[in-house]
Amino acid sequence: MTWQDTFLKVAIIVGQSLALLVALLVFIAYILLADRKIWAAVQLRRGPNVVGPFGLFQSFADLLKFVLKEPVIPSGANKALFLLAPLVTCVLALAAWVAVPIADGWVIADLNVGILYIFAISSLGVYGIIMAGWASNSKYPFLAALRSAAQMVSYEVSIGFVIITVLMCAGSQNLSKIVEAQDGPLGLLNWYFLPLLPMFVIFFVSALAETNRPPFDLVEAESELVAGFMTEYGSTPYLLFMLGEYVAIMTMCAMGTILFLGGWLSPLPFAPFTWVPGLVWFVLKLCFMFFLFAMAKAMVPRYRYDQLMRLGWKVFLPISLVAVVVVASVLHFTGTAPQ
Amino acid sequence: MSVAAAFFYLFAGVLVASAFMVIASRNPVHSVLFLILCFVNAAGLFILIGAEFLGLILVVVYVGAVAVLFLFVVMMLDVDFVELRQGFLQYLPIGVLVGLVFLAELVLVVGSWASSATLATAPAVTQAVSGLTNTQQLGRVLYTEYVYFFQAAGMVLLVAMIGAIVLTLRHKPNVKRQDISAQVARTPKDGMDVVKVRPGQGI
Repeated sequence: MTWQDTFLKVAIIVGQSLALLVALLVFIAYILLADRKIWAAVQLRRGPNVVGPFGLFQSFADLLKFVLKEPVIPSGANKALFLLAPLVTCVLALAAWVAVPIADGWVIADLNVGILYIFAISSLGVYGIIMAGWASNSKYPFLAALRSAAQMVSYEVSIGFVIITVLMCAGSQNLSKIVEAQDGPLGLLNWYFLPLLPMFVIFFVSALAETNRPPFDLVEAESELVAGFMTEYGSTPYLLFMLGEYVAIMTMCAMGTILFLGGWLSPLPFAPFTWVPGLVWFVLKLCFMFFLFAMAKAMVPRYRYDQLMRLGWKVFLPISLVAVVVVASVLHFTGTAPQ
Repeated sequence: MSVAAAFFYLFAGVLVASAFMVIASRNPVHSVLFLILCFVNAAGLFILIGAEFLGLILVVVYVGAVAVLFLFVVMMLDVDFVELRQGFLQYLPIGVLVGLVFLAELVLVVGSWASSATLATAPAVTQAVSGLTNTQQLGRVLYTEYVYFFQAAGMVLLVAMIGAIVLTLRHKPNVKRQDISAQVARTPKDGMDVVKVRPGQGI
């Protein structure tokens, strides 16, 4: 391979990554707006409606506001780690998207262990929060960091077991192959959310906890911890935290879509619906998953911390452990296990 | 120089530098963070030689869980590390001895590996022939040939876990605990008493 070939290959990868990044960030700008609008609608408010028609440019106005403000670094803070923490959160959250297939063959890195990669990257997300909490040199952020570390480590375990049940059904760790394994003549009845419905529920709740979304947002519970690990942050570093959080939420939505809702597959496998490009179905399912996230935020009161830990270790962990055994037995004894 | 070689030197360089910083940095939290950087770069090296499953498991287990708890402990402990360092010369002979033994073992392992031609080329050949991903290969070996060792390792970990729980679990008698089943079993009849109060009489 000559160096021109290498250069071309690298240039293509960079181009694809940039395209995905821009599309993802614009999508998230509107997801953020949708989150606030849904929240407002549940509470019979209007939500952001001033910047642009229906408040459509609100997120961009927020972006400008954050970027133009002065970043304040507390004098007692560990400066390097204080600034590194939001970068770590944001970059790690974005890095997970390299393995997400958004349509048939539309994936930057078609990894053999794609699901494991996303799982690994999302488990690193806790570092941004711990580093922020410690580097701020302040009590509330530190308490929030301790809470979040315990919470995220706990719920990762049940997410891991849920993923294992899906992997056993699909027989591959490749995300594209997991989606292809859900393809069938019955359309949406072939997807894994139906046979693995309890797992889908556990995955959804654990995803809420893993991304520190309400009702599990004890990390930034404003009534107890001011703003949690973000207390000392402002302007661009704060923006990076918010961005990282929403990208992580989208990653979890994408994982739910791929593992349980058939990724880019059409829900009805006949003519007019199969003409629609896979990307459209993927984005629609992503929006549906996010709608569930937003509704959970709007409707469910915040959990107490000991109840959160109980739910993770005493309820979800045993159920998902038993589910792994049950699914494996069913696949083995009915002979439906993938080869 | 190929791209893979460039990445190898990048990962290996950062790995060695951060490993040095683990022992050189003054702040223990920085040490742990450099250790994490070490793990991540080691995972990168695993992926470069085609062991992507091992590499990612390293990230999930060591970086995602073990190092988090490690960092936790280091942040919580109020250890005066300046004081700890004062006994440095005292421990130097033992440290040098351990280092020398380790170095000798490494030389022996690498030497025997390099001298025997079959060993050095074996892994690459088997992967090329079988055409399986290394997740499948690991699973086949782990759950067939070595299943008893695998189970034994699991038992050892379970015993260690139970031991840690037994050592740290303390039931203080005067602490109020939530009894979920009692709470759920409670009905309005048990908890409430509806009293009809006549005007002017009180209860």
